[in-house]
Amino acid sequence: MTDAEYLAGLAEIVNEITGISADAVTPDVRFTDDLDVDSLSMVEIALAAEEKFGVRIPDSDLVKLKTPGDAVAFIKQAGVPA
Amino acid sequence: MTDRPVALGGPGRIVVTGLGAVTPVGDDAPATWAALLAGRSGVALLTDDRYAEMPVRIAGTVKTDPAERLDRIEARTLDRGQRFALLAAREAWADAGSPVVDPDRLAVVVGTGVGGAITMLDQWDVLREQGVRRVSPYVVPMLMPNGPAATVALELGARAQVRTPVSACASGADAIALALDLLRSGAADVVVAGGAEACIHPLPLAGFSQMRALSTRNDDPTAASRPFDAGRDGFVMGEGAGLLVLETEAHARARGARCYAELAGAGVTADAHHMTAPEPTGSGATRAMREALAAAEADVEAIGYVNGHATSTPVGDVAEAQAIRSVLGARAPGVPVSATKSMTGHLLGAAGGVEAVVTVLSVHERRVHPTINYDKPDEAIELDVVPEGARSVVIDVALSNSFGFGGHNVCLAFRRIG
Repeated sequence: MTDAEYLAGLAEIVNEITGISADAVTPDVRFTDDLDVDSLSMVEIALAAEEKFGVRIPDSDLVKLKTPGDAVAFIKQAGVPA
Repeated sequence: MTDRPVALGGPGRIVVTGLGAVTPVGDDAPATWAALLAGRSGVALLTDDRYAEMPVRIAGTVKTDPAERLDRIEARTLDRGQRFALLAAREAWADAGSPVVDPDRLAVVVGTGVGGAITMLDQWDVLREQGVRRVSPYVVPMLMPNGPAATVALELGARAQVRTPVSACASGADAIALALDLLRSGAADVVVAGGAEACIHPLPLAGFSQMRALSTRNDDPTAASRPFDAGRDGFVMGEGAGLLVLETEAHARARGARCYAELAGAGVTADAHHMTAPEPTGSGATRAMREALAAAEADVEAIGYVNGHATSTPVGDVAEAQAIRSVLGARAPGVPVSATKSMTGHLLGAAGGVEAVVTVLSVHERRVHPTINYDKPDEAIELDVVPEGARSVVIDVALSNSFGFGGHNVCLAFRRIG
């Protein structure tokens, strides 16, 4: 799966949960400051991403995911078998 | 219209300028009012498999899923009762002319009897079946009883106060009584007030059923809710919301608002008799009605209509009929008393809000809706319950009664304007 495919999948989730246009979900935009995603919606986005990409996103990591780019990088490495 | 002196510096009269409702008989206030005048029941069979083995399989459900009338994003984080409240608030606010109000002078008071029971119970299923990580982060804001009030306050930007009276089936009327206090005390210029409820789910239904409070007339749903009729055997659960926009007359006149009626007074009392049984002589209800009249500075002769609490339970209807007869005295045979719940079922914490909307329209249009299913008179009732169909009547003042488990009694008095 390419970065662009991960990003597109994530954008779909963000749109589903928050109504924000998928096009606005670019790698460097900030979830909280730019997209105005609140903390409860972030929890839902993480749960949906876990399901979609078959990964686990612990709360301690979730707080560090400030942008879709961060999230894609995390999901990619989390999905790689050890 | 009674022109009473307005105290210097006081808020003057409190008027109703907007109406909103979502009920089992209509998706808005005009549709609800038309259905009630036509005598159409909203009670139907519950076809979901979860009710198949229940002793009660009927309810007054709202026919259009509220989620279909809301933006997908706003619907997904709101409990069903919050959705009803939001839809009724939007309707009421638009009906009032979408006024521009100083946010610090705008309050919201929305009561509920149970709170977000459907969210709580459905998410408990999620927790047991899928584990904690699948539980929605919105469970708490969706189940908290102040959720409907907070939803409306966020929608309208109300910053004066947001309040949630919880008094079982009197909650909606209790909210309107509190709104009257806020307006008369000067805490707000405009208040959106009423009730919202959505708890038609197997557990609450089983609970009311085990109390033997519900009608078991599953084979004839539209005939199940029969307030005051000799064959009544319990109430029918309903759901929905009913809200009023209330404001000081000065505020309403200044913006040229249409005024439906005056909210002239409220009476609030308690029985201290039994958790669920009404005080058999209706003394607490009698006091509430007399207090409402006194607060409205109205006498018994002014009463042209009573919208009864009238749930269709064997004991409740008799206690209320006694209370109404005590208050009306010799006028009792000449005052129409109708039961909205004969068609909507019992909307619990929303009932007082919806029935306030109905009573305001009765005063405004000088028409009252019938009590349906009144086939065999009960000797213990002895009231004119308007069995024949909608009727035109002369109304100066109308009363709306609401009573709740816990011994809560609330009576609202509305007066005709013009």
